[in-house]
Amino acid sequence: MSTHRHRPEPVELDAADRGIVNRLQDGLPLVERPYATVAAELGLSEGELLYRLERLLEAGVLSRFGPMYHAERLGGGLTLAALEVPEADFERVTTAVNAFPEVAHNYRREHRLNMWFVLATETPERIGETIAAIEATTGLAVFNMPKQEEFHVRLHLPV
Amino acid sequence: MNGLISTATATFTATAFRASACPERLRSLLERGLPLTERPWRALAEQCGMSESEVLVWVERWQREGLIKRLGLVVRHHALGMRANAMVVWDLPDAAVAEVGRQLAAEPAVTLCYRRPRRLPAWPYNLFCMIHGARRERVLAALDGIVERHDLQDVPRRVLFSLKAYKQCGGRYTREKQP
Repeated sequence: MSTHRHRPEPVELDAADRGIVNRLQDGLPLVERPYATVAAELGLSEGELLYRLERLLEAGVLSRFGPMYHAERLGGGLTLAALEVPEADFERVTTAVNAFPEVAHNYRREHRLNMWFVLATETPERIGETIAAIEATTGLAVFNMPKQEEFHVRLHLPV
Repeated sequence: MNGLISTATATFTATAFRASACPERLRSLLERGLPLTERPWRALAEQCGMSESEVLVWVERWQREGLIKRLGLVVRHHALGMRANAMVVWDLPDAAVAEVGRQLAAEPAVTLCYRRPRRLPAWPYNLFCMIHGARRERVLAALDGIVERHDLQDVPRRVLFSLKAYKQCGGRYTREKQP
C-alpha cells in the first residue's frame, strides 16, 4: 500500500531463483504440500524453495504470492482510469489518488493524460462512486476506460 | 491492508454471517497471499475454522468456476530490472479491433491486451497492450517487429512509457465481514 518513492536497485537472480519465478508463474498445484511438489520439480529441497521465496518477497521481486482473482466474477469492479494532471499539482494529486484503497496501481506516463491508475472495488457500483470521489478531491475529470474485451496472452514472462 | 479490513462495515445478521463467514474469510486471507510454510492450506484452515481438505475443496471450486484465475505469483518487473514499461495504444477501426487484439495477444512481448472505449476528443485509442523490457530501446524494437509482422504501419498509435510507479499492489476485492 505504500508509495515507492525510493525504489531499490534491481535484484540479481541466480539460476535457481529464475527457475522458481518461471515455474511459479504457471501456478501452484492444489495439493497439501504444494511447495514440496514444486521443489521436487526444480530439484530443490522444500526448505530451500521456501527460503528463496521469502527472500524474493522481501527483495520486492514478488509483490504477492497467492491467487489471481477474476474481479468481475467475484462480483467486484475493475477499471483503468486516467487523469490530466497539471505539472505543478502532480504531487498533491498523487497523494490524493493513492489515498483511496480502491487504487491498486498508479503510474505516471508520458502523455497529456499523465496519471493512469487501476481501480478495484468490491462491487461494480463502487467504481462510479470512487470516480466521483476522486473527481471531487482532485478537482479533475477522470477518464474511465473499463475493459470491453480481453485478449488472452501467455501468462508467462520469462526472467 | 489491515486498516482496509477493519474499517469494513457489515450489516449482516448474525445468522447470515455464520452461513457465509468461512469462505469469505478464506478468500480474504488468500488475498494477503498464501503462507510460506510447508502446509499452507492447513495454516489457512486453522485461521478460518475449516479443515485443510475443506479449504482445498473451496479453492478448487473457485478455480473451476473462474473466480480464481490461477494460483501463482506476481512479479514486480521493476525489481527485476525490467525498467521500461510501455502501454501501447492503437486507434483501430471498430471492425478490426478483435482480430488485431488476438494477434497482439499472441506476441510473446505483449503481457496484457484489452479493448477499451475511446474518450473523444482527448483519447481516440481503443486497443491497449503492455510491453515490458529492460530498456526502452528493447521495448521499441519489440514493437517495431510487431508492427511489421501484422502490417500495422498505418494504424495511429502512441507509446506511453511509465515514468514512475507510485503504487503497485494486488487488487483487493473481498472485505472481511464483521458480525
